[in-house]
Amino acid sequence: MLFTSYEFIGFLLVLFTSYYLIPKKHQWKLLLAFSYLFYFIAGPVYLLYIAATTATIFFFARKIDNFTLRQKEYDKKFYKTIIKSKKWRLLFLALLINLGILAVSKYTNFAIANANSLLRAVGSESQFGLRNIIVPLGISFYTFQALSYLFDVYRGTISAERNFFRFALFVSFFPQLIQGPISRFGDLKKTLFSGHSFDSKQISSGLQRILWGFFKKLVIADRIAAGVSEIIREPDLYGGAYVFVGMLFFALELYADFTGGIDITIGVAEVLGIKVAENFRRPYFSKSIKEFWKRWHISMGAWFTDYVFYPVTVSKPMLRLSKWSRRNLGQALGKRVPIYLSSFIVWFLTGLWHGASWNFIVWGLANWTVIMVSQELEPLYNRFHKSFPALKGKLSFKFFQILRTFTLMCFIRSFNCYRDVPITFKMWGTMVTERNVRILWDGSLLGLGLSLADFIILGFGVLLIVWVSLKQRKGPVREYLSTKPYWVKFVLWYGLFLMVLIFGAYGVGYDASQFIYNQF
Amino acid sequence: MNELLEILAELHEDVDFSTAEAIFDNKIIDSFDVVTIIAEVHDRFDVAISAEYIIPENFNSAKALWALIEKLIKE
Repeated sequence: MLFTSYEFIGFLLVLFTSYYLIPKKHQWKLLLAFSYLFYFIAGPVYLLYIAATTATIFFFARKIDNFTLRQKEYDKKFYKTIIKSKKWRLLFLALLINLGILAVSKYTNFAIANANSLLRAVGSESQFGLRNIIVPLGISFYTFQALSYLFDVYRGTISAERNFFRFALFVSFFPQLIQGPISRFGDLKKTLFSGHSFDSKQISSGLQRILWGFFKKLVIADRIAAGVSEIIREPDLYGGAYVFVGMLFFALELYADFTGGIDITIGVAEVLGIKVAENFRRPYFSKSIKEFWKRWHISMGAWFTDYVFYPVTVSKPMLRLSKWSRRNLGQALGKRVPIYLSSFIVWFLTGLWHGASWNFIVWGLANWTVIMVSQELEPLYNRFHKSFPALKGKLSFKFFQILRTFTLMCFIRSFNCYRDVPITFKMWGTMVTERNVRILWDGSLLGLGLSLADFIILGFGVLLIVWVSLKQRKGPVREYLSTKPYWVKFVLWYGLFLMVLIFGAYGVGYDASQFIYNQF
Repeated sequence: MNELLEILAELHEDVDFSTAEAIFDNKIIDSFDVVTIIAEVHDRFDVAISAEYIIPENFNSAKALWALIEKLIKE
């Protein structure tokens, strides 16, 4: 059930109505039932997977927490040695089971394909057949969310939840089940399980956020998707300037698609009185790649920082490496070696988490390379800024930094577009070898499955997004709009609603106006 | 404490860490800085700060960080 389907809207209407009609103490139970219904509709067999993750993590986290709760009863030394190692073994077992489920369902065929390539490379004719394995929708998201709970309980930053069904809701909460954000139990529980009264202001604000998400997804992302797929499907036809156009199109599609989906998630939660953390903070205004990753898919970045980067970097072998590298490579470089190594692991895993293909792994490592190179060049930047101190605060320089970051991200992201990594490099090459810049103005772009009307709508959409982003710097735009006269609000929100209805791209082969006409 | 302030000053010369507050929450120090601090602390004080201690409360000021180091030394 897609967020943009009529079924989902019907699903929400039934949920919202019943949610505020039943006693408040039962609201979270209704949410659990609807979350499982949502996942059941997506695929009945998926329920087995999510139930397995929920049950195992609930069980192991409770066992671990029991040791933590009884810490004072143990002798200090006994706790630090025996009990801590018992806790660690439980954690390891829980990780083994859940990362095992994730690895088998998501990465088996990737491993088989790589093994086959290896066999071919050594001249062997035997090949393994690919397996028909179910990949449950959103498995990476809910597994990571459940694991964050496990780690937090292990570290003692939160207590284990004693009610299995409440924990089951935390793992399966449907608005964020299939695309995040990856919430933390300590944050989400504050509003997830408490009763909520009907609050018209909050509900209206949530609905506005959902509408904004629908606009981004249906009017922009789904419209420009046709242009992106045309360019990447036929790399032989679309080289040179088309590659650049494809990068821009994809940057817009991905932004509108992902942030639009998150807007719907946060909006749905808001209608239910639940606070889900923001996952984006105007990422395309970032002045470096490092900053970009603090503003794009924030919950995933924070997950990898807290649960991979920190534990790996401050682990005993890494601290030993740090000492060794400082002694042998000098203080300055020696300090950075363990950090770069941990970051490499993080970015490799981040790539792998995004998808089972070398494209994503190379994409991850390309991000790592740029971040590390920037880090190494920092002294040079500092010297440059000392020589030209006036430049730092200038708007034009900030604009240059934003443009540079955006362009770099476009290039890095193209690994996720093309069929494989060599083709991506080849297409970068055509940007130098093919002289076809004229396609930008000679009407060729109209042959990409997008009409002039589409470009006008997209142009308007981009302007609207930029305006909203600029306004957001001073505070939430919905709050700003709520201070406007009633008729202004009516025109704006009703106008946005009509735009979604009329200009939404409702699937291949449909003409938006005809589709609307049929509905009325 | 002075030695800790030296470590912090090496990271950001422009920040007065003896008075600065909320340096973790306000992103004055980032994740690279945090792990550099931990490596330096391990080197100079022979104290291992494990990942479970990397929370804003422990890294928001030099004072909080020093309190953590003292606690770990005692343990």
